[in-house]
Amino acid sequence: MSIPWRGVIRRILSMLGTLLGVAVFVFIMLRAIPGNQITAGLGTEAAALTPEQRAALEAYYGIDKPLLGQFFTWIGNVLTGNLGFSSRSQVSVLSLTLNALPVTFELAVLSIVLALLIGIPLGMLSASKPDSPRDAIGQLIGLAGLSVPSFLLASALLTILSAKFGFNPNGEAYATLTEDPVRNLRQMLLPSLTLGFGIAAPIMRTTRTALLEVRSQDFVRTARAKGVGMRRLQVRHILGNALVPIVTITGLQFGYLLGGAVVVEQIFSLPGIGRQVLIGIQGKEYAVVQSTVLVIALLFVVVNLLTDILYRIIDPRVRAE
Amino acid sequence: MTVEMLVDTPPRGGQRLRLLLHSRSGMAGLVVVCLLLIVAVAQAVGLLGYNPLTQVPGIRLQGPTAAHWFGTDQFGRDVFSRVAAGVANTARIALVAVGAAALVGTLLGVVAGFFLKGPDAVISGVTNVLFAFPPLLLALSLASVMERNWFTVAVAIAIVYVPIFIRVARGPVMSLRGIEYVRAAISSGQSRLMIMLRHVLPNITSIVIVQVSLSLSWAVLTEASLSFLGLGTPPPAPSLGSMIYEARTLVYVAPWTMIAPGVVVVLLVVGLNLLGDGLRDAFDPRKRGT
Repeated sequence: MSIPWRGVIRRILSMLGTLLGVAVFVFIMLRAIPGNQITAGLGTEAAALTPEQRAALEAYYGIDKPLLGQFFTWIGNVLTGNLGFSSRSQVSVLSLTLNALPVTFELAVLSIVLALLIGIPLGMLSASKPDSPRDAIGQLIGLAGLSVPSFLLASALLTILSAKFGFNPNGEAYATLTEDPVRNLRQMLLPSLTLGFGIAAPIMRTTRTALLEVRSQDFVRTARAKGVGMRRLQVRHILGNALVPIVTITGLQFGYLLGGAVVVEQIFSLPGIGRQVLIGIQGKEYAVVQSTVLVIALLFVVVNLLTDILYRIIDPRVRAE
Repeated sequence: MTVEMLVDTPPRGGQRLRLLLHSRSGMAGLVVVCLLLIVAVAQAVGLLGYNPLTQVPGIRLQGPTAAHWFGTDQFGRDVFSRVAAGVANTARIALVAVGAAALVGTLLGVVAGFFLKGPDAVISGVTNVLFAFPPLLLALSLASVMERNWFTVAVAIAIVYVPIFIRVARGPVMSLRGIEYVRAAISSGQSRLMIMLRHVLPNITSIVIVQVSLSLSWAVLTEASLSFLGLGTPPPAPSLGSMIYEARTLVYVAPWTMIAPGVVVVLLVVGLNLLGDGLRDAFDPRKRGT
């Protein structure tokens, strides 16, 4: 396995350009708020400010300076690790983020593992006999995964399990994996099942399509003709070649999870990065929102880059280019 | 679907319709979506008899009856008419969002793929930036900074979908540029605008239509998630997501307040997904004649 360095370097350079664009976009987006950070944060109390108080606050937040200056100050701060300060929780956004990231990361890994455990066997089952009853069952489960909103599944699981069985691990304070592994995993169970079920659907569909496509190719017939055993044919030749699209979709979904788990984190009170954005929005703490969204976009872009590299490594056709 | 296939076999409207009609799941999706929309429209024009906002304190949290098919909620409002109004709200937002995204995204994608160079660099750069955000996060960040009403929710969702349509249109247009009749049109000195409208756009309509139908189910899910998080259409306007949110504390005493909007949102998304899959198969030239 060799890594195609030239392509990787080109991708990293274009990624840096994209990230600069992301920073500009986030910066402009938060300037689009009606009023400014002060009036938005204080609400109706803002009307009671004297002009001097207002000027002092504007100077404090740096919003009396020209926009371009504000942007470069922010970027400079972010690059030196200063993501801002959350006045509500009285800690820096950096430490908030460093506490939230492991939660989201663990949730994403567990969800992806569950999704692969559900999605790949289902896809193989469906593809083993297209248009048969077992294919229909597989496709039906896939359709349900695509169509049931995660917030509905999460709400239903939570209410039913806690009412009927008294199972509500997420009612207690959150424990990290190192503090209390058992409690942590109990708290991760329902959220990762919810997300895993949803993500299993695209993985199942991709697996099914890829298997059917690979199976119809000439080299499979050749392998069969030269007497390759059924099991070896299935695993080595067919699944091995179908792996490329499956890896791509899995990487993409993992990226979504790092920022897209907002709803599930919120419902199960998991202190992850998505919930941090939401709390920032609800508390009108735009410094928190601005920096957290930037961090999430950075992670998302990096995960996509890694997926792309992995895909280049495992796909012989791309490697040859 | 690749361009070669599109260009090899020019699309035929009647054949596609037949394929869609023959796909049982596609038809089932169409029927489900149409039924839900009919109920929503009937509600909107006042045929169902109840106002989804009228509170009747005497009949709070009543189970389903002949008068109130889906029961009543904690304010004595009729759940059936609220669900119907919620479908109308969601459908309006999803249609406006996906329609706007398809229009803007396709045009930008055609321009980028046709002119390449400068315009392409700018448009593709913007596309990459928008793709750098997880979709739901982008939608909720955008929704949070705008004045909150149904239209801004639609705008937020539309912005998330624009890059998808840019990418869907750009690739095929780049390939079309190399096809003989387009090159002939360019060298015969026809205006670029005419070439794009007459030769390029018609060739990518089927790809765009399929993408529209697939995006609608996502848009419905996004709208419902936003309103569940309190970032959708503001109350008291009924929305499926916020109804489910409110029902979480009521579900022990009045399960119908969650079941009704929950089942309907799933039906709507299932219907749109089936319809989308059916359309995709109908437009896929590989399935033609099978």
